[in-house]
Amino acid sequence: MSTSVSATSGTKSKSKSRLGFVDRLTNLPKLVKILLWVLLALFLYALPLLEPPLLSTPGTDFGGVLFTVTIYCLVALGLNIVVGYAGLLDLGYVGFYAIGAYTVAILTSFHANWPFLLAVPVAVVATMVSGVLLGAPTLRVRGDYLAIVTLGFGEIIRLAAVNTEWLGDARGISKIDRPPSIELFEIPHLFWEGGTPLLDPDDTTVFLEFGVLDQIPYYWLGLTVVILMLIADRLIKDSRVGRAWEATREDEDAAELMGVPTFRFKLLAFSTGAFVGGLAGALYASRQSFINPLSFLLLFSILFLAAVVVGGQGNRWGVLVGAFLVAYLPERFRDFSEFRVLVFGLALMVLAIFRPEGLLPPRRTLRAKQAGQELAAAEEGDHGEETRVRV
Amino acid sequence: MLLEVEGLCVNYGHIEAIRDISFGVEEGTIATLIGANGAGKTTTLKTLSGLRKVRAGTVKFEGKDITALPPYERVKLGISQSPEGRGIFPGMTVTENLDMGAYVRTDRKSAAYREDVERVFTLFPRMEERRTQVAGTMSGGEQQMLAIGRALMARPRLLLLDEPSMGLAPMLIQQIFGIITEINQQGTTVLLVEQNAAQALKRAHTAHILETGEIVRSGTGAELAGDDSVKAAYLGGDV
Repeated sequence: MSTSVSATSGTKSKSKSRLGFVDRLTNLPKLVKILLWVLLALFLYALPLLEPPLLSTPGTDFGGVLFTVTIYCLVALGLNIVVGYAGLLDLGYVGFYAIGAYTVAILTSFHANWPFLLAVPVAVVATMVSGVLLGAPTLRVRGDYLAIVTLGFGEIIRLAAVNTEWLGDARGISKIDRPPSIELFEIPHLFWEGGTPLLDPDDTTVFLEFGVLDQIPYYWLGLTVVILMLIADRLIKDSRVGRAWEATREDEDAAELMGVPTFRFKLLAFSTGAFVGGLAGALYASRQSFINPLSFLLLFSILFLAAVVVGGQGNRWGVLVGAFLVAYLPERFRDFSEFRVLVFGLALMVLAIFRPEGLLPPRRTLRAKQAGQELAAAEEGDHGEETRVRV
Repeated sequence: MLLEVEGLCVNYGHIEAIRDISFGVEEGTIATLIGANGAGKTTTLKTLSGLRKVRAGTVKFEGKDITALPPYERVKLGISQSPEGRGIFPGMTVTENLDMGAYVRTDRKSAAYREDVERVFTLFPRMEERRTQVAGTMSGGEQQMLAIGRALMARPRLLLLDEPSMGLAPMLIQQIFGIITEINQQGTTVLLVEQNAAQALKRAHTAHILETGEIVRSGTGAELAGDDSVKAAYLGGDV
């Protein structure tokens, strides 16, 4: 749904029409809303089977691209807690992603033969612990220094992997375990012949086989985790913890004066973010079945951050849109081969200029902006009335 | 004594911001620290609320040594500070700011809580009008009122006010000091840091003058307001 929102607002006249749309949605009766959510979820689950013509990626496996999108969504949700909610600029988030991936790789293939499902909890706990270890000394510094320290952290993790034989050095680790398959039934895909969808009996996905060729089951797994994470995110944002993060981000001293132990809450944000990042890394490692240090370059930290910032830091739907764009667009426009990164960079710059607060900023940012415009309008005189009525 | 400060020293790096200051605040009174810019007033207040580390000396609240306590623990004991300038949460609405002020309270759904919100709205009717406004878009005076109201939401025994009159129009200054007196009469002890010495001395029961990190004079508000050297140095044409 978020995508359609941004589509309409893109063509029409900016924030006002979108606010109206969102308001109309939130005013629907509860039962209708739940039904809409369920329909949306069903549509998303079915998406790789439908292979809609414009959305599908001709050059690459659509299921694989969608899986990557869910991984980016997961990472964006986790990083959003750190950057968007708690206001801590983390430039080394890929480090947590790597720790999650490497823990699973070591436990299921390189040094032990654990099943994937047992390795994942260990991986996320290991990542959380690393988050606390990194945060405890560094979260005492503020602002730019934290960015530098985390930047270093991301690189240290990668370089440690490159130089440690126990971690597979530059050659990496292969044969990482997959989630257990339960092969129940086959689902046929659609294929589109000149606009009419037809069932394709030769092209099927087995429910639920996690293999090399068909990545759709991975996408389903990723999507499920994203949905669970969204629910958790909502619960935590609306709790005392969420309010403490918000206060800390806005004014750390004032938050302390209100009785918020800001250091503890920053550490909590850091380790919660690390948890999600580690989970994403674990899923990624399993899908790839092979990882090496090149999968965890600084570039990915920047891309993750780009997803959060482009989408609108602090708004969970915004960062999901951002993650979708960052992960999907380069795959969709593979035809442009080398130019796609250039085009992508240009698109980011255009966004930064025209929507610096992100595509879908939190309501708070919008409100502040509107109030500012209202003030300006009121100062101008007679236009003030009109603006106020609309708001 | 509700608050006792003994031989307090605070440093910023090698610079001594406060040198060996001692004073007390009696329960139910308004005490004030006045002095010029950079005399150490704000530093003293931040040290009392726990935002600054102490180099030497002790701070006692109700006889209990709180020198080493972090700020969030002191709030629970009943020390609440309204910070200098725009110390509100700019992205939150007025109501959300007040809610944050009550963060340490567990009775946020109770009648007592609603009464306290009403109390803030009675003291500052402007806040009620602006309930849903984003705090960062309000005027300086309104933000100041919100900061005081927010500090009251924690139901403090001791309210620390850092320059509540800063940057306000003369009319508003009168009003704010009136409200501070009212808050005190409702039973909250107030420690007020001010540059506006005339108003502060008029309202305060006890007063201390800070100069370059040291207390140079102490007395009742009326005593100091009537003192010739204080008049010459701090009250100027105001009297």
